[in-house]
Amino acid sequence: MTRPSNDSPAEPTPWGRKHLLGLEDLSKHEIEAILNTADSFVEVSTRSRKKVPTLLGRVVFNLFFENSTRTRTSFSLAAKRLSADTQDFTASASSISKGESFIDTAKNIEAMGADVMVVRHPTPGAPHLLSKHVGASIINAGDGAHEHPTQGLLDMLTIRRAKGRIEGLTVGLVGDISHSRVARSNIWGLTKLGAHVILCGPPTLVPRGMERLGCEVAYHLDNVLPRLDVVNVLRIQFERDQRSVFPSIAEYFRLYGMTQDRIKKGKPDLLLLAPGPINRGVELTPEVADGPHSAILDQVTNGLAVRMAVLYLLSGKSETKGASVEPPALAH
Amino acid sequence: MRTIHVTGGRIIDPSQQIDRVGDLWISRGRILPMGEAFEEAEVVIDARGLIVCPGLIDAHVHLREPGNEEDETIATGAEAALAGGVTSVACMPNTIPALDSQGAVEFVVLQAQRARKANVFPVGAVSKGRKGEELAELGQLAEGGAVGFTDDGAPVASASLMRQALEYAKMFDKVIMQHCQVPELTVGGVMNEGFESMKLGLRGMPAAAEDIMVARDIRLAEITGGRLHIQHISTARSVELVREGKRRGVRVTAEACPHHFTLTDEKLRAFDTNFKMNPPLRTWSDVEAVIGGLRDGTIEVLATDHAPHAPEKKMREIDQAPFGIVGLETLLPITIHGLIEPGHLTWPEVIHKLTVAPAQLLGIDKGTLRPGADGDVTIIDPEARWTIDPARFYSKSRNTPYTGWEVRGRAHTVIVGGEVRYTLGGIVQRPGERVAC
Repeated sequence: MTRPSNDSPAEPTPWGRKHLLGLEDLSKHEIEAILNTADSFVEVSTRSRKKVPTLLGRVVFNLFFENSTRTRTSFSLAAKRLSADTQDFTASASSISKGESFIDTAKNIEAMGADVMVVRHPTPGAPHLLSKHVGASIINAGDGAHEHPTQGLLDMLTIRRAKGRIEGLTVGLVGDISHSRVARSNIWGLTKLGAHVILCGPPTLVPRGMERLGCEVAYHLDNVLPRLDVVNVLRIQFERDQRSVFPSIAEYFRLYGMTQDRIKKGKPDLLLLAPGPINRGVELTPEVADGPHSAILDQVTNGLAVRMAVLYLLSGKSETKGASVEPPALAH
Repeated sequence: MRTIHVTGGRIIDPSQQIDRVGDLWISRGRILPMGEAFEEAEVVIDARGLIVCPGLIDAHVHLREPGNEEDETIATGAEAALAGGVTSVACMPNTIPALDSQGAVEFVVLQAQRARKANVFPVGAVSKGRKGEELAELGQLAEGGAVGFTDDGAPVASASLMRQALEYAKMFDKVIMQHCQVPELTVGGVMNEGFESMKLGLRGMPAAAEDIMVARDIRLAEITGGRLHIQHISTARSVELVREGKRRGVRVTAEACPHHFTLTDEKLRAFDTNFKMNPPLRTWSDVEAVIGGLRDGTIEVLATDHAPHAPEKKMREIDQAPFGIVGLETLLPITIHGLIEPGHLTWPEVIHKLTVAPAQLLGIDKGTLRPGADGDVTIIDPEARWTIDPARFYSKSRNTPYTGWEVRGRAHTVIVGGEVRYTLGGIVQRPGERVAC
């Protein structure tokens, strides 16, 4: 693992992208560049003065067309720690409910001087659509069941910091793969970095063809659990599908619920992730969520660092009107 | 009406198995016998190097009037038809209100007469309000000018109603056209269900939803002896089912649209709503099967499913945007690109699927250059090279997936009822006036 030393500024990272729309598009090298930068921001978060002036004068808008607390707060705080001005925009409180189109809303926000737009939307591709209509940098903060790249990155950062590597590890994604943008971003990122990914869930929640992404598919968790170095427990997205994808929560919990008994069948150093929000009693028990294997709160901390890294790397590429763009550098 | 003399063109008329260079005369709105010389013509069109054929017929368009005039009107849709080389269109009944009454279909006929562009033949609804519950008044619809019946876009889900429709329409010898899709398998669907939809996280519409209804309806046509037409066929299995049904003697026909033999669901990767249509773009093996069906005659008709949508409706999040693309003005070049250039079909075979076959489907006395036939003629420049630019469309809408394509072939002159109504200079706004050809 390479981390910038505490004494010298981080090496300027080669980064040619204006947007972060998904991990499918990124190379292994680009993903590692983000993780390395994020590592140095984890260090910043441990200081008593947590703020650096990198994005002073920049405006970061959170455009959330779907409910979120964790991701929105994490992005806001990340932007503030880089000294950017931040503003939240949520659909329910907006003119969307008055019939304004998504693109018009974004154009209005751009006219207020947004340099970066962090977009969450229930429709896959909505951030891609915006990237064609506005000049700001777009960060996809989750588009339907498509991608959630910063979640994928923070999961990888958490794994890398805990295990020291990603290559060669076996990572299980358990539960609702079909509706999960977290699953897709994890699959793209982890396979690029050399992990073996096992998808485990009922066939109604694991779409056919996932093997073609370089994953193994398994229906029985107990069969694969002993092989896992990491298990990432995905939330059942009750809000996305009304069809009966499994007969009852009780049956689901029996087959896939992460319990103490199950954890004991795994490796002693099994690392447990959950992207949250978690449904305690559906995907995992409270003892597991709060137990020694759980890295759930590390994920939250690392999420902040990942989002700082992404904002930092993209800021060199956003079209800022007026003031000249200084090369971004970490202040130490 | 003037006499028009088209000289030296390659005359292709599949209804008479004609494919030779020669002259064509049109006078007083009718085709004159070939091979004879006539009096002086007021209009002489030099067609050397061009193809002269019966006016093309598009058996599947949406003209949006009444109800959605912001997308298209009968007049603008009929102009788009002319610009695409099409002299007759059959328009679908999914208007507001639906074309489910004699008055509604007569309104369409009247608006088309007022526009005086391409011929417009309304297709009536199968069920009242296209709700799939009770039969519409098919007899009165036929009397008002309906050339067939469909609930297009809203498949007749009830097997029992579909059976009644096939049975009842027999007395008018009219076809029931069906958008074959089991609705409960495609709820919320945006694109073809498969590897691509899985990657993009978009709700899929399985090919089986089409296959199941094609199989059901072929059996219903078989037991009733009714005429069934499968609209915009898109899956490999459906093509095979139609092929097999025909072999058994079932009265089933099928149409294919250019986008279903030139594009696949991989195009959705850019989340561009101009690749969102219903039935959705499928996979390469489906494209190959559709081409195979066109080659062996399983699919006898080419149609566009011209589905205009105003930009403010189409330029949206992909699950919010409506299905469909405009097709009239790209029909010829995309067909050349997809079928003629690769050697799948010859010019006479393509023209057959755009003239005599749709005329038979709709039961209209068109699609031929026989002496005395209506003077509907399309002159095609098969070599003209151009770039598709939706800003130049006559259609009111711009929703095409083919923007920027460098293509070959376009309409050169279009004659309807013995009047030159389109030339390379554009739509002839007052037919009958002297035009430069």
